Amino acid sequence: MSKLLSSFESAIEQIEDGATIIVGGFGLSGIPEKLIIALRNKGVKDLTVVSNNCGVDDWGLGLLLENKQIKKMIASYVGENKLFEQQFLSGELEVELVPQGTLAERLRAGGAGIPAFYTATGVGTEVAEGKEHKEFDGRTYIMEKGIVGDFAFVKAWKADHFGNLVYRKTARNFNPVVATAGKVTLVEVEELVGTGELDPDEIHTSGVYVQKVLVGNDYVKRIEKLTTANA
Amino acid sequence: MTRQLILERAVKEIQDGMCVNLGIGMPTLIANMIPNDFNVMLQSENGLLGIGPYPQKDEVDPDLINAGKETVTAKAGASFFDSAESFAMIRGGHIDLAILGGMEVSEAGDLANWMIPGKMVKGMGGAMDLVQGAKRIVVIMDHVNKHGESKVKKSCTLPLTGEKVVHCLITELAVFHFSEVGMELIELQNGVTLDEVKSKTEADFTISPSIEIKA
Repeated sequence: MSKLLSSFESAIEQIEDGATIIVGGFGLSGIPEKLIIALRNKGVKDLTVVSNNCGVDDWGLGLLLENKQIKKMIASYVGENKLFEQQFLSGELEVELVPQGTLAERLRAGGAGIPAFYTATGVGTEVAEGKEHKEFDGRTYIMEKGIVGDFAFVKAWKADHFGNLVYRKTARNFNPVVATAGKVTLVEVEELVGTGELDPDEIHTSGVYVQKVLVGNDYVKRIEKLTTANA
Repeated sequence: MTRQLILERAVKEIQDGMCVNLGIGMPTLIANMIPNDFNVMLQSENGLLGIGPYPQKDEVDPDLINAGKETVTAKAGASFFDSAESFAMIRGGHIDLAILGGMEVSEAGDLANWMIPGKMVKGMGGAMDLVQGAKRIVVIMDHVNKHGESKVKKSCTLPLTGEKVVHCLITELAVFHFSEVGMELIELQNGVTLDEVKSKTEADFTISPSIEIKA
């Protein structure tokens, strides 16, 4: 059975109201921009979204905020987004802030079948409130739980037909752990190559984690903060 | 002017051969001040070890940014990795030094730098991971706030990023070290008197013998 789909609409057909969706990307870099737009167009609501950031007001996950589709956001940094602030303050949006490394590890653990782990991150802060504390070799740690989502949205540079993935530069970011943590993982790529064309030594994500592959055209790849040597 | 004083002192914390994480904002500016003959690898927690200079206009790449979401380059010897591995480097104690901004530091070495209640909550990003994981934590910040109140506190009033995590605090007035025995003033910035530091510091601290002699 081929993992390759031709339409983003059909890729997200199964997603219903109330789903938990894990989304790759850091800031606006390496975000699955076509899948997010398809989800915005479909209009499903009451979503729980897990992603490091929540886009900006008119791009990335900000599009789902604008359309009031997100009920709960789990993220580490949401400071670039005014809509987020409005919906959070008005109580429309539930927010769980998670330290960035803990978020990455919770996804890694979820994808690896590890239900929980201990970390020193957050000890002594409000992040630790209500969590199990445990000492190992004289240092205190808190227990954090793995995350598994109904769906994972991933952006990669290249895929083959099995769904083996290669990312490009820092657009890799959360995508590999997100790919492992979805019950159904949907991947959009810039380039599809024949199976066997990717060097097995250079594959970042094995196709075992990937259920569907889509090829996107005309990537926008919006830059949040353009900085150059001459600036 | 104050900023330059802080940055010039902060860059002295970086030694040849180190892997260093510079926080977003003021700490990022230290990158340009590292001596050219040093081989230092700067880490960006979104997945890059070996940050290079900002790109020329024709080199700008949306797939190559730093943790502050600025376009950057990768220097020779750089590597890319995913977010879980990036924080494995941090939590596993493989990053030698993190230089971070601060809102408040307490005499116990507690740091608050991520949230002001009542204002919009932006999130902690990687700060809580860095303060627990990097081998050495240096905080750079103004000594007092815009109302003239000390940001160097007996105990922090803002939500903490970490407890007893700061090893060194650099302000425009002074440099302090933190250890099991408490907070110690180890340097005065040029032209600053001990009395000025005392009057602008809420925290209790001891004074290094080398300063007592100069004073």
